[in-house]
Amino acid sequence: MPAVLEIEGLRKTYKSRRRGTRNALDGFDMRVEAGQVHGFLGPNGSGKTTTLRTLLGLIRPDGGRMSILGHDVPAALPTVAGQVGAIVESPQFFPHFSARDTLSLLAGAGDVPAERIDEVLELVGLRDRAGERVKTYSLGMKQRLAVASALLKNPKLLILDEPANGLDPGGIREMRTLMRTLAESGMTVVLSSHILGEIQLICDSVTIISLGRRVAFGPVEEVLAQHSSGAVRVRLEAVTDLPAAAEALIRSGIRVTGHPDHLMLAGVDKPATVTRLLAEQGLYVSELAPVAVDLESVFLELTATAPVPGQHRQVDQSTKVGEAGQTSTGGGWGA
Amino acid sequence: MSLYRTELRRLAKRRFTRWATLLGLLVLAAVVVGVFFTNEKIGPAQLAQAEQRAEQEYQQQVRWSEQERAACEAAKAGGTAEPDRYPEDCSVISPPPREAIEAQWFLPSTFDFRESFGFTLLPFAAILALVGFVVGASFVGAEWNTGGMMNLLLWRPKRLTVLLTKLAALLSGLLAVALSAAVLWFAGFWLVATFRGSTEKMTSGAWQSFALTGLRGVVLALVLATAGFALASLGRHTAMALGGAIGVMVVGQFALGILLDMAGVRFAEAWLLPTYAMAWMQKKVTLQDWQSCNATFSGECQPATLDITWQQSSVLLAVGVIVTLGAALWTMRRRDIS
Ligand SMILES: Nc1ncnc2c1ncn2[C@@H]1O[C@H](COP(=O)(O)OP(=O)(O)OP(=O)(O)O)[C@@H](O)[C@H]1O
Ligand SMILES: [Mg+2]
Repeated sequence: MPAVLEIEGLRKTYKSRRRGTRNALDGFDMRVEAGQVHGFLGPNGSGKTTTLRTLLGLIRPDGGRMSILGHDVPAALPTVAGQVGAIVESPQFFPHFSARDTLSLLAGAGDVPAERIDEVLELVGLRDRAGERVKTYSLGMKQRLAVASALLKNPKLLILDEPANGLDPGGIREMRTLMRTLAESGMTVVLSSHILGEIQLICDSVTIISLGRRVAFGPVEEVLAQHSSGAVRVRLEAVTDLPAAAEALIRSGIRVTGHPDHLMLAGVDKPATVTRLLAEQGLYVSELAPVAVDLESVFLELTATAPVPGQHRQVDQSTKVGEAGQTSTGGGWGA
Repeated sequence: MSLYRTELRRLAKRRFTRWATLLGLLVLAAVVVGVFFTNEKIGPAQLAQAEQRAEQEYQQQVRWSEQERAACEAAKAGGTAEPDRYPEDCSVISPPPREAIEAQWFLPSTFDFRESFGFTLLPFAAILALVGFVVGASFVGAEWNTGGMMNLLLWRPKRLTVLLTKLAALLSGLLAVALSAAVLWFAGFWLVATFRGSTEKMTSGAWQSFALTGLRGVVLALVLATAGFALASLGRHTAMALGGAIGVMVVGQFALGILLDMAGVRFAEAWLLPTYAMAWMQKKVTLQDWQSCNATFSGECQPATLDITWQQSSVLLAVGVIVTLGAALWTMRRRDIS
């Protein structure tokens, strides 16, 4: 499938006279294929918003290559802007205009027919409140307006930075359906969010960023499978055989945690090896279950941001790929 | 083109634009109305009345001097005269001659179009310029600090085009308002002159001169609007332009004025901006240096003078526009927008 969005080696350094330099993006790669809903995940301050802003030409990169719909950006932004709808982190609107006026002014600037305004207002559920001033809107209503503004162009690529921020449960579910519908109609959606349950439900693929570098990417199931870390739960017919089984498994290089009635194994490539190993010892397995992991735990593991009791993790304390002891989980471009 | 039309629409939709324009127009109207009611037409009735008032005044003077003389003589006779109160000879206390009291003094003020209209163009230009400055600053300043600019750039990623189109919309909006206001201003004062004064002696040359002055006033307003726009865009906030303007006025003009005065600099006003605005409108401002008069000892004192011409002002205005707008465009091209 063709890539709608490609980023290679993107770097952005913020310079401040007092605090020196900060590498917000440090050789970041990303690839999004057409028609997908792509999740863009990362801890606070990892560079998601910076990436999206750079992509949209709002800030200048210090290095790297980006392309949207096959055109190099930022050079070709004027050409592709009409096909990219975006909201960037808690969008703001002129507070004294109504939602309809706001959209109408955007539509005017972008040569979008006026009928489209009512369509998107309907779509995001603001139809009956569209005449009121944005100042009087609630957080979620503003967010809905932002989504409406991004949809106005009927874009090929939709970029949403934390669109669920402030939405009510019904709104989140609606957003989920909306995105699926849009993707089915051929739109590509890039979605940054911290609600990983949501991402897991709606995204086809994800990119995980930490400290300005990519730590994982690929289809959701693949990322989950790669990082389920081969956790397997084993029960035997006789509980008394557990110590013997543990010993046999440890000998074969498998990490084992003992529990009163079962064993937890880690680092198992193929569950079949476990069955074979134990059968050779005359031990019979009554249950062998790969433990399902969710995106949240994979995320926490990959970014090393799981809370540790008694410690307060500071922002910027997360995985830095490319440094000693860390390995990147993906290959190069589009692997 | 669609962007330009949209920006015009945005400008007209802004409440601040509407209120500031309305307020400016109301102040202008108030000036016309005020002038209307403080002036009167001079006809035979007014002349007769003035004549009568002059006569009354003369009679009063006569009565008063007679009283004084009588008092003087009485005091001399009684020997109670305070030495300084009355002159030696009481007969010198006499009324002024009749001709010394002119009927002209008692005429009500009247609006002579040819003589007075030129001066009214000064407040006209000042009010328009003020409205232009604040509207220009707020138009782009509010856009920056509410994130509207960022939204717009997502739609139109050409930064300079966006900023210049906004400026074009602002200037054409202001021009439309200013030209209609100027027409109303001419018409208003023509009416004032017709009903409360005179419209005589209006040659085509006089008309041309007024039209040119009015045009210079409009240009001044456009220049200030551009400056306000550029400053607010530089600082990404309306307050930046307003604060900058107040800063320039207070520090740059007030303090500078006092400082120059204390230092005894010749032609201190030549360093102050309002002088150049005046010169722009009146074609020429002549500054006088009364200090230099002390040096001469013979007869009449002719102070040294310095002429500031509208050409010099135009250079200053052009440099101001180029510098502020240039800086605004330069930062617009380069800055990170967040
Ligand atoms: N204007 C700026 N000046 C200096 N540093 C900045 C600026 N904007 C962002 N940064 C820094 O760049 C890094 C990445 O910020 P970014 O906003 O991209 O994070 P994010 O991934 O969007 O985080 P969040 O999940 O909290 O939205 C942070 O360390 C941040 O402090
Ligand atoms: Mg962010």
